[in-house]
Amino acid sequence: MFEWKDAGRISVLLLVSSLILIPLAATVLGGFKTSGELRVSPFGIPDQWHMEFYGEIFADANFWRYLWNSLVISLLTVFLTVLMGAMAAYAFAQVRFFGSEFLFSYMLLGLMFPFAAAIMPLFLTVRDLGLLDTPWGVVLPQVAFGLAFSIMFFRTFFSQMPAELFEAARVDGCGYIKFFFLFTLPLSTPILATIATFVFVQSWNNYLLPLIMLNDRAGYTWTLGAMDYRGEYTAEWNRTLAFVSATLAPAVVFFLAAQKYIVAGLTGGAVKG
Amino acid sequence: MVTTTDYATQATLKPNVFRRMWTDGQLKMLLIFLPPALLVFTVFVILPMLQAGFFAPYKWSGYGPAPWVLNEDTGREFGRWVGSQNFERMWGHSAFQQAFENTLLVIAVSLLIQLPIALFLALLIYQNSRINTIFRLVFFLPYIMAEVATGLIFSFVLDGNYGLSKWFSDLMGYETAFFPLAEKPWAFYSILAVIVWKYFGFHMMIYIAGLQSISKELIEAARIDGASAIQRAFFIQIPLLWPAITISIFYSVLGGLQVFDLVMPMTAGGPSNSSHTLVSYLYNFGFVRLNVGFGSAVGVFLFAVGVVFALVYRNTVQRGQ
Repeated sequence: MFEWKDAGRISVLLLVSSLILIPLAATVLGGFKTSGELRVSPFGIPDQWHMEFYGEIFADANFWRYLWNSLVISLLTVFLTVLMGAMAAYAFAQVRFFGSEFLFSYMLLGLMFPFAAAIMPLFLTVRDLGLLDTPWGVVLPQVAFGLAFSIMFFRTFFSQMPAELFEAARVDGCGYIKFFFLFTLPLSTPILATIATFVFVQSWNNYLLPLIMLNDRAGYTWTLGAMDYRGEYTAEWNRTLAFVSATLAPAVVFFLAAQKYIVAGLTGGAVKG
Repeated sequence: MVTTTDYATQATLKPNVFRRMWTDGQLKMLLIFLPPALLVFTVFVILPMLQAGFFAPYKWSGYGPAPWVLNEDTGREFGRWVGSQNFERMWGHSAFQQAFENTLLVIAVSLLIQLPIALFLALLIYQNSRINTIFRLVFFLPYIMAEVATGLIFSFVLDGNYGLSKWFSDLMGYETAFFPLAEKPWAFYSILAVIVWKYFGFHMMIYIAGLQSISKELIEAARIDGASAIQRAFFIQIPLLWPAITISIFYSVLGGLQVFDLVMPMTAGGPSNSSHTLVSYLYNFGFVRLNVGFGSAVGVFLFAVGVVFALVYRNTVQRGQ
């Protein structure tokens, strides 16, 4: 049974895994150590498990507000990107009208943009619309940049749907708009979930846009909060590590729950099963 | 049966053929479904990019609606026309040259180190088995973590007083601790290493999907003919994986142009502006200093590099895919 080839393969894989997991483990464990112990043994198991650093974070109203702000921004972004993207893709897939190819290519321009290039005028646009320091100042640009990706995926998916379904529904008096909400959307759950997951993760992790659009602490997302916390406790890594771990936990849980859809999105294919 | 139904529908619809054009809702649907996406995309993506082009030849703090608008209070325009001066200043700025060089280095490392690692690991674990699935999840984990969180974790790991680099300094018996993030070439090398750490799993997943779509019979036939695993990889799997590789090269380059979130927690561009990327340079010298014209000029440059690459790539390497 034993083969040297397999042993080599497994040891390479274990080595790479440890390069990934050790820093993560050190982060989670670091939150349980005092600053002094962290200096002596950065990667070891804590001698004594100090709960106070995590405790302080969980008791901090700011921490929960940061998470709440991130959640609101992410959910709004997901909702709008999916809805607007699906609607536009449906129009492109269902009707060939004059200029439809042109408009579709126009939307796809968003795919080859280095998004940060227009950040200064974008800031001014958001300012002039009075959206600075509101969730919308982050949400709308995120939606705009996510649309190209979502329209492309949705259109491919919609145009693969059997046309007979639409014909049948039409005969029964179902209009275009009704058909979209009654049939197209419910039948596209897999692709919907994939796009929603991607958009959510991107928005949840975003740093540049909140950094530029949000000045008021009350509206900070958790990424801004984490940087702030680091600045506040420069000499105490254990606190920053506890903070980072506390924010990583929901991300990891979400990832494990949604990994099927993430993988499907990467491979550009539909989800099976 | 079929004909009867057809007659039936036609009979009911025919008198209303003109009215139907309005009432069948096609036009209504288009008018409701398209404008939201078009509007948001135009206002928040296309217009800002065009504006960047218009703002680039001005010196402007961002005060007022546009640099060329007359300020009633002072009797002059809000901004000052400086022509190509912003571009010249940018081009001659040593921090910009360093940032551009760093960005090219990110792309080079992504293509020459990260992608081969990802491909190698994909070949090791593309077959479906429980243990491979676990490894895939572990390797993919860094990709879904926020850049900010990753950056903070590694600034701890590389902190000379605490993590890996303290351990290394102790091991080597250095008198003073080694702080890689505060030493000139090492600061950016550290960022490069973290980029590989964070993104190789993403490319590996693309390759795994590609490898799984290659027919098993083909690989089996080669194996029976006596091709070794390495030969199968180089002569069958990698050539057939080429479409997936071109996609991952595209993502590497476009992603490499936009590295920012990792730089801020790790070095914030320091020491002495040696670890900036194009975007962190833009942020620091455009946004932070409220220099809209200059920031726009950097943005135009970034845009030009991205679009030229995308167009050339689509029409050469990805042609016909």
